[in-house]
Amino acid sequence: MERHDEIHLAALLRALPPAPEGLVAAAAALPRTRRDLERIVVLAEEDAAFRAALLDDLESALRVAGVEPEPTVVQEIRRRFHP
Amino acid sequence: MPPPRDEQGSSASQDDAALVARCRAGGDDAWAELVERYSRYVYAIAVQAYRLSEHDADDVFQETFVRVYDRLGTLRDDDAFRPWLAQLTRRLCLDRLRDNGRVEQLDEADAAAEAANELDRLDEALAVRDALGELTPNCREILDRFFACDESYRTIGAALDLPAGTIASRISRCLRTLRERLEGRKPAAVES
Repeated sequence: MERHDEIHLAALLRALPPAPEGLVAAAAALPRTRRDLERIVVLAEEDAAFRAALLDDLESALRVAGVEPEPTVVQEIRRRFHP
Repeated sequence: MPPPRDEQGSSASQDDAALVARCRAGGDDAWAELVERYSRYVYAIAVQAYRLSEHDADDVFQETFVRVYDRLGTLRDDDAFRPWLAQLTRRLCLDRLRDNGRVEQLDEADAAAEAANELDRLDEALAVRDALGELTPNCREILDRFFACDESYRTIGAALDLPAGTIASRISRCLRTLRERLEGRKPAAVES
């Protein structure tokens, strides 16, 4: 930047307000979410009863498997298992 | 596993390439740090440069970080992370505008051109934010709360346990320090 007068600086500081907290937290948790997801997929592929439970009541089945049914996980499981 | 946080150096001093390398090595902490560093930038591109609705901006934000996570291994030059991220975000914004019927194929160049000035401004804002990270925690927090979070003197004073009457002068001092820092007139020592 060539000119750093304080009014200009203030405008630039205002240009980057925080993104919504929930979105940032979900993005930051992506690695864990992916691991949870893969674990659930493997479980569902290996265990017919668990797969049936997933189809019957997805959120409860996830909780039983120790996974918090966060929207991103629920959405992806639905995509994979619900035609 | 990444080394403990206190062995990693401060967030501000860690460049993107090193952070990207740590993410690629599988560090959850590094990924969280990358998201924290760029979350405002990505959201601002969607909302300010492309004027997406809140709902669309939320979707673009989520999709951007999912793609970054999935494709980080394909990034050829770790030093080029920020432009790569910006380009990814811009493409997703344009996809969203097209899906919504707000731009036709022929209008995409116009939409991109319209966004270009705002994108330059956001790049400049990001540079200022990096410099902000070099100030004392107190200065950093006061400036961020006042300008980026739009908090009142009273709210800031209550949060930082400072008399509200001193906030204006602190903002002024911290802003001056930030300007001097950006202009390279002064070394790192700053007042709180």
